[in-house]
Amino acid sequence: MITYQDACRVINDSRAEAVAVTTMTQTKYWNQISNEPSLDVGIANAMSKASSVALGIALGDEDRTVLCLDSDGSLLMNFGSLATIAGMAPRNLFHFVFNNGIYSITGGQPVPAPGVEYAKVAEACGYVSAHRFDDIESLDTALPGILSSPGPVLIEIIVRGEPQTEGVDQTWESNARLPRQLLTLRKQLTGVDDWGSGGPYI
Amino acid sequence: MINGVLHPRNVVAQLVQHGVTHYVTLPDSETAHMYEALMAEPSITVVPVAREGEAIPVAAGLFVAGQNPVISIQNAGLYEAGDALRGLALGIGLPLVMFIGYRGHNRKGDTPDSAATFLEPYLHMWRVDYFVVESNDDLDRVPLAFKLAAKTNQPVAVAIGTEYAKHDDSAKGGVVMGGNA
Repeated sequence: MITYQDACRVINDSRAEAVAVTTMTQTKYWNQISNEPSLDVGIANAMSKASSVALGIALGDEDRTVLCLDSDGSLLMNFGSLATIAGMAPRNLFHFVFNNGIYSITGGQPVPAPGVEYAKVAEACGYVSAHRFDDIESLDTALPGILSSPGPVLIEIIVRGEPQTEGVDQTWESNARLPRQLLTLRKQLTGVDDWGSGGPYI
Repeated sequence: MINGVLHPRNVVAQLVQHGVTHYVTLPDSETAHMYEALMAEPSITVVPVAREGEAIPVAAGLFVAGQNPVISIQNAGLYEAGDALRGLALGIGLPLVMFIGYRGHNRKGDTPDSAATFLEPYLHMWRVDYFVVESNDDLDRVPLAFKLAAKTNQPVAVAIGTEYAKHDDSAKGGVVMGGNA
């Protein structure tokens, strides 16, 4: 069993100049440790859609590695995105799934099928490769090699569930931050500080 | 029945004219032949999604990466995509043209298909501006949609109110860019 902190630390150690699209509890821990906040986007404003946003970025900038820090509950809401990603086969997309078997944000209720093995599902959908880790040492050792291999790759991480009792920043604060994050990321990726003639919605 | 024909090749020409790079879509009966026309256009990458709710988030990611996407989904799929429309189009100010298959539309307002009944009220509810395109004669509305999306930084819908023609007879007389079918 891996902690969120350890998983995020290990991923951050190997990210280099990768874009990181996070969601739910991963966003909370990633924000505490990220060494490239200008390349981060926390998708809270449409639960489950982190994998789809990450796919769009990966297709739009094929020279940039894109990390998606997804979760089991979110991915179950957008399961078809596995097939969509496999179909487009972006070589630069690395899809992490933090699997704790519960909905942490809402207090720890189990997801409909806590036993789903997401790495196997991804492999069956057509991801180039898929991996599953339940100890941090193995993840730490394998990750640099995985990130240098062609995507799309799914990396399932079995994490210790952390049911939230005081809530996580997933509501208005995250929603208000999102347009600014997207504008910053667009500037990083395109070199242009421009959202469009009408300006960003911030 | 709606009189008039809408040739997909003419719409593809509009997309090319507006620099569209990606066409994110889940094909539907109204726009099926559009897919064939797009596959013949090398400057536009078709991104097929498994469910309509993926389309707007994928487009948002493409836009952030500097691309110029549009989406094409059916009205029934737009309803499924409501949360994505709220959070990742309206909520971030995404200048996105959305081609929406107007399933059940018959111009009379009296249709047994609730997918058609609710489309325009649904767009009004989200405060999404829209144009209805039913034939080649309406193609001058497509540039208006691109212009409005860019001006307002908001999604704008183009409701495709008829099935695209299968055989593109316009190829004989050149591409129609709007209002001259």
